[in-house]
Amino acid sequence: MSMNRRQFLKIAGMSTVLGLGGVPVINLLKGDKSEASHVFVNEKALTAKRWGMAIDVSKFRTDDDYKKVIHACNSIHNIPDFGNSKDQIKWIWTDTYEHTFPTQPNEFIEESVKEKPFVLLCNHCENPPCVRVCPTKATFKRKDGIVMMDQHRCIGCRFCMAACPFGARSFNYKDPRLGLKPEDENTQYPTRTIGVVEKCTFCAERLSKGLIPACVEASQQIAKDAGTEAAMYFGDLDDPSSDVRKVLAGRYSIRRKPELGTGPSVFYIIGGDKNA
Amino acid sequence: MLEKALQGSRKYWTWIFFLLLIVGNGFINYLYQFKHGLGITGMSRDVSWGLYIGQFTFLVGVAASAVMLVIPHYLHDFKKFGKIVILGEFLAVAAVTMCVTFIFVDLGQPMRVLNVILHPTPNSILFWDAVVLNGYLGLNIVIGWMTLSADRKGIKPPAWVKPLIYVSIPWAFSIHTVTAFLYAGLPGRHFWLSAIMAARFLASAFAGGPALLIILSLIVRKLTKFDPGKEPIQAVGKIVTYAMIANVFLLGLEFFTAFYSQIPGEMNSFKYLYVGFEGHDKLVPLMWTSSILAIVSLPLLIVPSWRKKEGVLATACVALFISLWIDKGFGLVIGGFVPNPFEGVTEYWPTLREASIALGVWALGFLVLTLLYKIAITVREQTAGIEIEH
Repeated sequence: MSMNRRQFLKIAGMSTVLGLGGVPVINLLKGDKSEASHVFVNEKALTAKRWGMAIDVSKFRTDDDYKKVIHACNSIHNIPDFGNSKDQIKWIWTDTYEHTFPTQPNEFIEESVKEKPFVLLCNHCENPPCVRVCPTKATFKRKDGIVMMDQHRCIGCRFCMAACPFGARSFNYKDPRLGLKPEDENTQYPTRTIGVVEKCTFCAERLSKGLIPACVEASQQIAKDAGTEAAMYFGDLDDPSSDVRKVLAGRYSIRRKPELGTGPSVFYIIGGDKNA
Repeated sequence: MLEKALQGSRKYWTWIFFLLLIVGNGFINYLYQFKHGLGITGMSRDVSWGLYIGQFTFLVGVAASAVMLVIPHYLHDFKKFGKIVILGEFLAVAAVTMCVTFIFVDLGQPMRVLNVILHPTPNSILFWDAVVLNGYLGLNIVIGWMTLSADRKGIKPPAWVKPLIYVSIPWAFSIHTVTAFLYAGLPGRHFWLSAIMAARFLASAFAGGPALLIILSLIVRKLTKFDPGKEPIQAVGKIVTYAMIANVFLLGLEFFTAFYSQIPGEMNSFKYLYVGFEGHDKLVPLMWTSSILAIVSLPLLIVPSWRKKEGVLATACVALFISLWIDKGFGLVIGGFVPNPFEGVTEYWPTLREASIALGVWALGFLVLTLLYKIAITVREQTAGIEIEH
């Protein structure tokens, strides 16, 4: 068979296109379920329609309480520490009332609230702007309401950081392993790579094993040791009998920047403490 | 036609090697960033976009401005633009090349950039920006190349080029509108959350881009035998004037809304940029430089007898270009991040490495521009040679 240059290029071009698109197309035709659907599901896994959290600010008593709660998260998630705010990775941290609720300033707010540190973390919004802007679906909302990150897909464009009104996201400006001491590393949880965004995941990896988030567990342990009520509650916001709904039903709570319509799933119970 | 870029004077090659040197310096610094991460830049947890994204935003405007020559020439049959429309199109090609490179150097995981195509996400504005920018790049390469090679042969370009030219008009508007949407749709970033953001972007683009084109045309006239002509340059000068007036007007609207409403979130970024916020004022001198240059450029452009003097016009264009470069290539992006979501202030300033990389990208753009202009000008010189043979 003879062909001229033009015919040859046509055939070569077509076969390249088919070759590149070939495997996914064939897989699609097979109608197989995706690989992820074969993943083993733990029967003890905790499930919900919409995970949420309530933080009773008055129940934090000492600086140590905050430290324990934050350390519980940092230690199991291999959060690096570079000793500067520029490269800092934060999943859970504290700030003042004024900074936590900048749209609700109140110069005559009671002293105890004004001075009190507030625990901050990702709000796992119902309508998350970070998910809306991500160009690769590397951040996405799960069916149980958790806003999750796929650190293997993230291209590090940081659009999500510009979109998040709560400053909940951190970028790995440096290799996170350089900010970790080898003896502190939790080998059960992956360290991240340079150049990706990360944030709190409501301890999705613990939920799948039947455990509540590490910060809430630490807070409940503190309460148990001191014989007081816990400061943090976690549960299904869709279930009226859940811990979180019960505590929210009895007390006045607020959320950060509700006027933006993102629907935060983290609630703050402030003042009006029946034990105060 | 490519071979025309390979034959040039000593001056031409010196310029090319000078640019290559800066590109090389930027590349070496980029390799360092590639290895050690974006921590080598001035960006932080609070100011997570900086010089790279600012320059990207500014250059999208330069790219879009080619349409200011295409519209009069092709829609209004303004024949005087016939000679310089190619300069606009090739400027667009160079500008988009820089845009794409700036986005690339800003990525934390550049090797994964194709994820944008592998996992297309229509709800992300960044996805659409990639689509329209690459489309615009392709359009301008094809249109510029086809019209120029037709010129060289003394024939009309193929009929299918015309529809592409018409498509390129709304497409130019789209690239800058979509780029504005990157910012204008983010809840909680008051400085950017403005319905007139895209209009401001277009106004500043149609002032800054054509201003650069005037400067380039004057340089071309000085260095080569190709004269873009007095009249076309004056016509572009009028476009720059109107667009700059619109741009300053729109900026004034933003000031009014912020400071008459007295809503703190609306005012704080402006305060930070122009007078300082809670004792932080790193950007204040820069922003006032921009404002003063804008104020200086306006009367020079508006008074007809001044604008008609090419020296004055050139001065006004340089002032205006630097003013917009500061305002849009730097202030606009940083202002959106200060104050941060907690009403706190983290300031930003680029590092030397970061600036070297940015400079390298600019040099790359000018390299592309030089090669394309060399080709276009050589063709123009040859086709005009018969009439002006000495």
